[in-house]
Amino acid sequence: MGLLSDPSRRKVLTGLLTRLNTPICIVCYLAGIVWFMGLAFEPFTLRTYMSENAMGSTMVEERFSSGERALSLAKEFDAHKRKAGGMPVEWLVKAMQSRGLEVFTQSFSRKLPFPDENKERYMVRGTNVYGILRAPRAPRTEALVITAPCSPGNTNNQAVALLLALAQYFRNQIYWAKDIIFLVNEHDLIGTQAWLEGYHHTNITEYISGSLRGRAGSIQAALSLELSSDVITSLDLVLEGLNGQLPNLDLANLFYAFCQKLGVLCTIQGKLQRNDWDTAEGYTHAAQTMMLMVLKQACGRSWGDHGLFLRYHIEAASVRGINSFRHYKTDATTIGRLLEGMVRKLNNLLERLHQSYFFYLLPSLSRFVSIGYYMPAFGLLAVILLLRALDLWVHLGAPALAAVDGVTEAEQPSSPGVLTVLTPVVISHLTGVALYLLPVHLQEMAVEHFPVSETEAVVLTAIAIYTAGLALPHNTQRLLSGEGTEQGWKVLKLTALLYLAVLLGCTALINFSLGFILAVTLVPITASITPALYALVMVLLSPAFTILYCVFIYQELIEAPVSVSEGWMLFLSVISQGILDHALYGSLVYPLLALFIYPCWLMFWNILFWN
Amino acid sequence: FRLSSLIGHISTCPSLIGQCCQRHPGSVDEFQEELVIRPLHSGDIYASFQFRTLWDTDFLQEGQKVSHYRLFPKSLGQVLSKFSVRELHISFTQGFWRTMQWGQPFIPSPPGAELWVWFHDTVSDVDGNWKELTNVLSGIFCASLNFIDLTNTVQPSASFKPLGLGNATDHRFLRYATLPREIVCTENLTPWKKLLPCGSKAGLAVLLKSEKLFHSSFHSQAVHIRPVCQDEQCTSKAWELRQTLNVVFDLYTAGQGKKEWSLFKMFSRTLTEACPLATSSKVYVDITDNPELFELSPATPLLSQAVVLGDRRTYSVFDLTRAETFGQLRSLNLLLRWKGDGGEMLRPLLHAERYVAGFGLQTGEIHTVIYNNHPYRAFPVLLMDSVPWYLQLYIHTLTVTSKSRDNKPSYIHYQPAKDRHRPHLLEMLIQLPPHSMTEVTVQFERALLKWTEYTPDPNHGFYVGSSVVSALVPSMVAMNTNFTQDQPLFSSFVPVKEESSYFVRVYTEPLLVNLPTPDFSMPYNVICLTCTVVAVGYGSFYNLLTRTFQVDEPSLPLAKRLANLIRRIRGVPLLT
Repeated sequence: MGLLSDPSRRKVLTGLLTRLNTPICIVCYLAGIVWFMGLAFEPFTLRTYMSENAMGSTMVEERFSSGERALSLAKEFDAHKRKAGGMPVEWLVKAMQSRGLEVFTQSFSRKLPFPDENKERYMVRGTNVYGILRAPRAPRTEALVITAPCSPGNTNNQAVALLLALAQYFRNQIYWAKDIIFLVNEHDLIGTQAWLEGYHHTNITEYISGSLRGRAGSIQAALSLELSSDVITSLDLVLEGLNGQLPNLDLANLFYAFCQKLGVLCTIQGKLQRNDWDTAEGYTHAAQTMMLMVLKQACGRSWGDHGLFLRYHIEAASVRGINSFRHYKTDATTIGRLLEGMVRKLNNLLERLHQSYFFYLLPSLSRFVSIGYYMPAFGLLAVILLLRALDLWVHLGAPALAAVDGVTEAEQPSSPGVLTVLTPVVISHLTGVALYLLPVHLQEMAVEHFPVSETEAVVLTAIAIYTAGLALPHNTQRLLSGEGTEQGWKVLKLTALLYLAVLLGCTALINFSLGFILAVTLVPITASITPALYALVMVLLSPAFTILYCVFIYQELIEAPVSVSEGWMLFLSVISQGILDHALYGSLVYPLLALFIYPCWLMFWNILFWN
Repeated sequence: FRLSSLIGHISTCPSLIGQCCQRHPGSVDEFQEELVIRPLHSGDIYASFQFRTLWDTDFLQEGQKVSHYRLFPKSLGQVLSKFSVRELHISFTQGFWRTMQWGQPFIPSPPGAELWVWFHDTVSDVDGNWKELTNVLSGIFCASLNFIDLTNTVQPSASFKPLGLGNATDHRFLRYATLPREIVCTENLTPWKKLLPCGSKAGLAVLLKSEKLFHSSFHSQAVHIRPVCQDEQCTSKAWELRQTLNVVFDLYTAGQGKKEWSLFKMFSRTLTEACPLATSSKVYVDITDNPELFELSPATPLLSQAVVLGDRRTYSVFDLTRAETFGQLRSLNLLLRWKGDGGEMLRPLLHAERYVAGFGLQTGEIHTVIYNNHPYRAFPVLLMDSVPWYLQLYIHTLTVTSKSRDNKPSYIHYQPAKDRHRPHLLEMLIQLPPHSMTEVTVQFERALLKWTEYTPDPNHGFYVGSSVVSALVPSMVAMNTNFTQDQPLFSSFVPVKEESSYFVRVYTEPLLVNLPTPDFSMPYNVICLTCTVVAVGYGSFYNLLTRTFQVDEPSLPLAKRLANLIRRIRGVPLLT
């Protein structure tokens, strides 16, 4: 700090920073990207380890043996599901009651803001059935949740059946210290959300749901089970939850430990772990796995039923059975044992899972990157914004400093008024508000006037407003002060750079992936913008195009590449899903993009048309 | 060995007993034991032991010194006289009574430990006595009762009235505390058994084997001491010690899966004799649902009818003092065999539950839901809530709603908490409309504790004790006005007063609330890091921001300075 308080040295330092600003920025950007890609390299990552004592040393014995019974139960469930044409509520209630659980139902309904074309639903009406296994001699203060969705068609029958079989087995054991809630939810995430809101008596997303009668205290952890075949080749662990929240890493460690113990193939992001980290393929594989996690986390949606639990400080993960063409198969009994082991260890917990990391990236199930390792990658990108801002600040302040020296120079062009900066800021944000509000509210009008469905109407309105934002009369400063001055756009750029830095910084703290992806695309263009830049480059690096690129990269990574037109359709559905996620589950990505990132980008767009 | 010597001692000293009988004609210490077995509709079984010791003395009178103990445990007797206790109720419970499946218990108790004591009104320093008493009881029962202090003690104004003689109403002499976290195990059972005159050597107490008692769904043991009348005219007082033990065995975890219970299966013992010191020793089996639900063997001709908790029940009675009870095998092993599925249970008329609503670590809302399942009668209940100070209640957000309409309590007693000194106490008299659900909600804010105030496992959460609902509930017997089968018409028009309602206390579940918790795993790192950041960062920035900078003249090189020195002497203008 002595460096800064010495004026001469300060001058040298600022001189250095301004003179070498561009090279430093380029180096920072490249270093940020390289650092990030290096995170997937195995020698740079740490091996996962169990931090929680209560789960580590206490070994449990798995004795679940009624896998066959579960499979016959799945057939029975399927038959009843077909007969009822949906959730066989009565059958489930009876099945749970006969297994000695306290059974309750909850009915809910929700009208979506516009029809969901992916899942073909609009007016959703359903029932959740849940049974509580009361732990002997426990005072109903703690609970664990196991959930299985009742999905339409043939899917997830085995999950529900295994849930019932586990309930029966668990009921006969004496060692439970926490109540166990077995939840079968209808309409996947909507059912889970309704149940969670009912259980915690909150109403954040305007569900109309019946009140819950049976409760079991504070829920400590939850597991969601998805299983659609009698045998599986591998189990996939899904961790990404709403708004990019992740469960405690110990939950993933627990799953991994039991997969190892029982010899079950386990994957994350659908990718098996490879041992050849020192080859190019091995590295690419790890990088792909990590990139998938980043993309999934960035989109802020819940990738399984577990994702909604995280808001309530309940550590949760989804376990998904995958049946592919390998001939090494795992049967239902082993999956049951795996779940039994996990639940028993969770039952042994004295405290909530808190020992291990909450912020991490996983290049494979046995390796992790903690927040301390990945944050510098983002920091290197964010520091570019600050360096550019410093540069601008020095340039803007330099003539003023000269004036203080008393040297009589020609009168400097007066510093731009507040209005010249404020007007574009306000206009950009109003456009953002329009982008946030209008698509959903104008859908009826749009459907009346154009031959489109409601969903298309919403998405196309959003795109229309987004494009219209670009065409707005941004050069208002000409009306105010005649010609746009060089100082004017510099002040605006300075403001916008600092604004973007704060925005990205806050986003990265909560959801690193989202912050990082936005930084990768927004930082180069915003750092280098001048009125002379090409508008096309600017558009190609706008938030909407970022989403489009992410769609293509994601498809590439899950080994299902798409053509341009398919990609465009996916892009449209991603937008509609984003808006729906916000309305249904309170995901914050859509409002963040519409209300903050897009207006911020518009401020830079403004500079392009300054003269 | 102890027992035989005790019996020997009594039998060799007939003169002693004779003397005491002469002094108080018709009044001696007395001991009764009984066991009630009630088969539950869920297939579970409820066993309730009661041991009653009557102590014929009145040490609260002036100048009365007690030094001779017969059946009454000396440890408790000394405590009573030393701390001038008028009434003492203590219970240890592991588990939660499931009212909706099991009906009402004979003696309700909240999960954990509960202690309430009425002191004699001559006591001047009640708080001091209370503190000492809890420490002494903690030693007697091997429990953590010494954790009871002023921060979890309250003085309820209406919910806990004396159950024995005397009509003390000044609640300054009452202390009530619960420890919801207390875990009850064999170490608490052993001292409890030692208070029995026969110990666990003879009588019903032989059934109290801990490996079976703690292999159950619910376990609760209690000690109640109160003054009672010695005779009908109430000329002299006696002290009653009631030791109760309630246990519910679970059908599923008992294995086999067959709906069949026997004394041996429940307790891994059978009965062979009564406690020789007992004047009465009986086993009651609730056979009201017999024979639709189950069959009982051996059958007994002795039947007893009683109105228990507002319901008319029939009991088979096995008198252990009579030799024929044990039959030829000289052992009694009751056997209950279920026939098919149990029918629907009559829903309990009063039921309450509680939960915390909301998410996040800043605020929350406590919901207490009270159900009145009576089809047409409204009745008032007293709700008592004692909430620790670290949940800061916003009492202005208190709402009571029944049938989605505001239900104004007719009596509210609220004592706000003082941080680190006393808990919140909220008592309300609420009228429950018939067949309704009444919801009491109050919002709270979670306090940030000082770092030494956290428990060793802060991420487990903090407990809030059960709230207590006390009520006079209209009884089922009175409910059925069309019930004329075995009653003469003249007796059934106006319901009999003592049967028309009964007193019930319902405890809700305790709450587990998470408070904002610092990361204790690396406090050292955190402290070091923050201190460094604050010291270096803040200090130097503050310095930078407050200092005014002045550009000072650059100092001249040495050669120029020398030149200037010469020029000054010469009187020529200086170089710059």
